Amino acid sequence: MTDKKVAVSIKDLSVEFSIGKSMFGKPPILTAVGGVSLDIPRGSFFGLVGESGSGKTTLGRATLHAAPISKGNITFTDSEDRVFDLAEMDRKEEKDFRRRAQLIFQDPYAALSPRMTVRDIIAEPLEVMKLTKSRAETDERVREIAARCRLNVEHLRRFPHAFSGGQRQRISIARALVTQPSYIVADESVAALDVSIQADILNLLKSLQRDMGLTFLFISHDLSVVAHTCDTVAVMYLGNIVEVAPPRKLFAAPRHPYTQALLSAIPSLDPDHQSTAIKLKGEIPSPVNPPAGCKFHTRCPHATDRCRVVEPIMRGDAEHKVACHLVDLPVLAQSTATQSVSA
Amino acid sequence: MTLLTVKDLEVKFATAEGEITAVDKISFELEPGEVLGLVGESGSGKSVTARSLMRLNAGNTRYGEGSSMILRSGEEEVDILRLKTPKQLRKVRGDLVSMIFQEPMASFAPAITIGKQMTEQLMLHRKMTKSEARELSVDLLNRVGISEASKRFDQYAFELSGGMRQRAMIAMALSTKPKLLIADEPTTALDVTIQAQVIDLMKEIVAEFGMGIIFITHDLGVIAQTADRVAVMYLGKIIETGPVREVIRNPAHPYTQGLLNALPKLENLDAPLTPVPGDIPSPLERPSGCVFHTRCQRAIEGKCAQMVPPEVQVVAGHTSACFLSEERQGVAA
Repeated sequence: MTDKKVAVSIKDLSVEFSIGKSMFGKPPILTAVGGVSLDIPRGSFFGLVGESGSGKTTLGRATLHAAPISKGNITFTDSEDRVFDLAEMDRKEEKDFRRRAQLIFQDPYAALSPRMTVRDIIAEPLEVMKLTKSRAETDERVREIAARCRLNVEHLRRFPHAFSGGQRQRISIARALVTQPSYIVADESVAALDVSIQADILNLLKSLQRDMGLTFLFISHDLSVVAHTCDTVAVMYLGNIVEVAPPRKLFAAPRHPYTQALLSAIPSLDPDHQSTAIKLKGEIPSPVNPPAGCKFHTRCPHATDRCRVVEPIMRGDAEHKVACHLVDLPVLAQSTATQSVSA
Repeated sequence: MTLLTVKDLEVKFATAEGEITAVDKISFELEPGEVLGLVGESGSGKSVTARSLMRLNAGNTRYGEGSSMILRSGEEEVDILRLKTPKQLRKVRGDLVSMIFQEPMASFAPAITIGKQMTEQLMLHRKMTKSEARELSVDLLNRVGISEASKRFDQYAFELSGGMRQRAMIAMALSTKPKLLIADEPTTALDVTIQAQVIDLMKEIVAEFGMGIIFITHDLGVIAQTADRVAVMYLGKIIETGPVREVIRNPAHPYTQGLLNALPKLENLDAPLTPVPGDIPSPLERPSGCVFHTRCQRAIEGKCAQMVPPEVQVVAGHTSACFLSEERQGVAA
């Protein structure tokens, strides 16, 4: 399923936004992503979890060239081994890139135009990018992808308002896949769905990924969803990745204190389960003025003086990596000091 | 003495496309100090039920003739559905009943300070002076874990973080010492670490204030950790109700079973995710017979689509509205 090739390679990426204007001096800077390095293996279902303000959406958007790169670089390799350097693409490359990397949105109610038929919604990317030569060819492509997403010909004639949340999300997925991309960012794609429908969409995404050999970056705040669908999970906190591991390892033995707290905070289905939640004090600090040293030290129950000053680097083995001073792990070789995931 | 008795509550909305049944003759009771969890997916009628308790549904709402909602406080008995004038309605809006909403940003007025919004209701409902109201409000803000409460008192909702806003909302709802507290998805908009904090806070509140709480959520995990009893709703019907342990461990209704199976569980990552087949029907096309028969894999041909299943007692206090539950009980007995 997963080969050794890397689909998206992120090197020391920072995404910063200047907020407001300042008459004197520099305007305040919001660091949404601060120095992230990450490799997303080709053909993987890669999970990115974190709470609001952790920078997971910005990181996902950056890999789609939809967020400004302030520092570092991102390269994308498509299924035909063409390499795109996201910071330096000309218009032709940009166009090709857009076809090969796509986004599925969170809210299927807001993402679809109420004035277009389902056929036109799915066909629009093909028409805008001029990927087909005739209307017949467009229709053919639309029908093919719609069938994969379990939409029939009758559905294609209708307008989005006639569909339920789950069906709408299948329309969004068909629209994202119609240009035959090799890389998909799914940003909270099941968060707006009811529980009984959510499992259906997750199963669909997994089977599409397998059948079409796609690489997925699956962004979610829901750890149990990520645990069930992804083959590698990265945990983000305040613009940094704090831990990367396959879900089995991550959930059985989380090493970073933040991951531990996050996992223990999930309400158990067992009513007699005595809450063992590691209570974190306060809330995620502002990314405009992030804490020095380890970003998590203000809420960490184990923080030491060193954590307040020195920023921890990623350590561990090829599978399980963590950025914490308190975890006793070997330092990775310098070239991969931050992290390179090969699952 | 039972705090709240809801009997045959029926809520319909007149719309351009026809009349929609949002809640279909449901009955339940709530004791003081009890937390009743109302679980359901979109369109199940859980929020409409909650809003009926404060009569907050829109102008096109029609309540059933035989419906009643009796709220008791000391010697007093109020049928919420029979309240007419704004003065009478004030009885349930802020006096005996308080509500915590899902989205705290949308529930606070953006241009009025948190403090003013908190003291206003105390001066109105509890006839407090401004300084008394301020003292109580700051005290409550402290109690729900807001640091620098007297400073927060003079701030606006946008100056507070999401978790803090929800805490302020809870403090505000508690300040009038309501007999009944309705919490409509109070943790849904919050991050999981903040949700854990709010759940703990809600538990402390029940222990300390002893009011009855109706806790509405779609998250069965949150229900398991907060509620004493649970009522599962689907398309305006309560399809299963009972003590939370019973319902989660031995669900009797196929819908409750399906809902529990569809949840990704951290304990077993190998378990496949099993969706409940099909989609929730549109409220305009309410299925006949059992409302769940269109998605039920165990529906009995010639029965479930035609007849409304009766409420069957599975064990004492645990009922399920399903023909199959009936059979199971028959076998057991």
